[in-house]
Amino acid sequence: MLRLRGIAPYAVALSASGLLFLVFRVSPVQAAAVLAEGAAGDRFAVARTLLKTTPLLLCGLGMVVAWRAGVYNIGGEGQLLAGAVLGASVFQVAGAFAGAATPWLYVLVGGLGGALWASIAGWLQAYRGVPAVISTILLNFVILQVLLWLVNGPLQDPTLGVPLSRRLPEAAMLPRLDRQSDLHAGVLIGFLAAPALWLVLYRTFWGLDVRFAGANPEAARANRRPVRWIQLGSMALSGFLCGTAGGVEYAGSLGQIGSGLSQNWGFLAIPVALLGGLDPLGVVVSALVFGGLYAGSDNLMRFTPAGSALVTAFQAVALLAFVATRAELRRREVAAP
Amino acid sequence: MIETLAAVAMFATPTALAAIGETLGQRSGVLNIGLEGTMLLSAFVAAMVALWSGNPWLGLVSGGLAGLGLAALVGLLCVARDADQVVVGTGLNLLALGLTGAWFRSLFGQSGQLFTVPTLPKAGSWDVLSVAAPMLALLALWLLQRTYWGLTLRASGENPVAVEAAGRSVPRYRWLGLMASGSLAGLGGAHLALVVSGTFAENMTSGRGFVALAMVTFGRWSPVGAYAACLLIGYLESLQFSLQASGRGVPQELLLALPYAASLLALAFVGRGVRSPAALATPYRRAK
Repeated sequence: MLRLRGIAPYAVALSASGLLFLVFRVSPVQAAAVLAEGAAGDRFAVARTLLKTTPLLLCGLGMVVAWRAGVYNIGGEGQLLAGAVLGASVFQVAGAFAGAATPWLYVLVGGLGGALWASIAGWLQAYRGVPAVISTILLNFVILQVLLWLVNGPLQDPTLGVPLSRRLPEAAMLPRLDRQSDLHAGVLIGFLAAPALWLVLYRTFWGLDVRFAGANPEAARANRRPVRWIQLGSMALSGFLCGTAGGVEYAGSLGQIGSGLSQNWGFLAIPVALLGGLDPLGVVVSALVFGGLYAGSDNLMRFTPAGSALVTAFQAVALLAFVATRAELRRREVAAP
Repeated sequence: MIETLAAVAMFATPTALAAIGETLGQRSGVLNIGLEGTMLLSAFVAAMVALWSGNPWLGLVSGGLAGLGLAALVGLLCVARDADQVVVGTGLNLLALGLTGAWFRSLFGQSGQLFTVPTLPKAGSWDVLSVAAPMLALLALWLLQRTYWGLTLRASGENPVAVEAAGRSVPRYRWLGLMASGSLAGLGGAHLALVVSGTFAENMTSGRGFVALAMVTFGRWSPVGAYAACLLIGYLESLQFSLQASGRGVPQELLLALPYAASLLALAFVGRGVRSPAALATPYRRAK
């Protein structure tokens, strides 16, 4: 019974989102086959899935830290952009340095950029009483415009007529894992970060503090836990993870920044984190599922021009159905004697 | 001068309508993060209905109804049940982004195409909603502060147990607050499509719903305060166009960031010392 109760929300989520395909006159069975083929049909498909999973996974992990601490970080998107923007700015100022460590340095710089950007929201919530829900959303828009300004001005590659920054030299990009596909070593980061975050959350004192502050801030305060610092710290770590995603996109896949830097990864990571049960290991599974869906969504275009927008709607329906089923189950639990 | 004022009011109106409604919603204890999605879907519905019927008024009404429909979804999950309001709102935003994107691309092709929809008529440079918005703000203020209904609504957001003890239904007032939030956000979205832009484009709300949420806080949970705050946003938005037109050397992107940065600064300095409704975003479960 207990097990059924755990699975039920997922089952409802899956069938509800299957119905969505019917609305757009796509057979769910056909869609599933096409998506699966696009996500795991051959080595290129698998590489595509892993590349799309990485930003979802890293941002999803970022959401987990913040939300578990009771800070609703909606700004993963902005923090991802901030990471990539700082990376590209460092490249512009410092030029290409040599050495095998260079690309990893850009990833780290990305993380720092994200951490800085998120800390603004963390500080506003902890010390100025501005809820992170609102400030992170606003920060998303600010950094997006800053990015557009930079690539149209100071960071624009003078040899290009389009708003794109200078391209990182191949030597400064993350090493390729596979000669034929675009798979790069950055995809490893997410899969390493997940167990690491799990250890931090469940096996360190700070992790206990984070979960304590999120589950019951008053009790945490009564136990003299520094709730403000914990929230600020969890926001910084959250931003670091999202910024890392930006750094990986920059130094791994793109090599330059422009308006198409992120395909909403930071937003899409929120349902990924929630459907993963706000647990680092659960997020790995849901990031792989949605990474696969987005990788496969190019194939959907054969049936409907809706394409990837349909996958976004699919994700939303899955999330809402999941949340609804859980709330319903909870209500029955309370009602039962 | 009057022309400028009309332009400012017009740019402010979509955000202001949503912010006035959301103020009522939040005072009843429901935080509707899905405002952005509500505006987007309503703008889409309003534009499509106006395009096919040729009647902008029909578009306006259907935009409002679409907003009401999405609010009902939030109500089912967050008022009738106790789902997390931030989670549901986030889901709603994604849903609207996905659905409008998918429908828009199915109808107009992958890259989308420009089209114009019949717009609402204007008297001089004023349209009906730009005139109605400040009046609605006053009406909402009066309802909140001067009627028994408003007192109960506020109590649902401050101290729901007391409402229950007084023999009134918390869910009922939260439903009403949510309906106000959804339908006004819907009208705001419709205004954006039918007056401000006269067309629809993917993700055309570009954060106005989120700004409206910030303006509720900035306006200190007063409908008139929220409207005033939105006028500031409208001013910045209209400034953008006039500065662009005058070709002065301010980068356009930084101007676009101005409303968001201004809201942030405002919240950082005004946010403190103002208290949000005590039971905001807290699901209410009836005591046994």
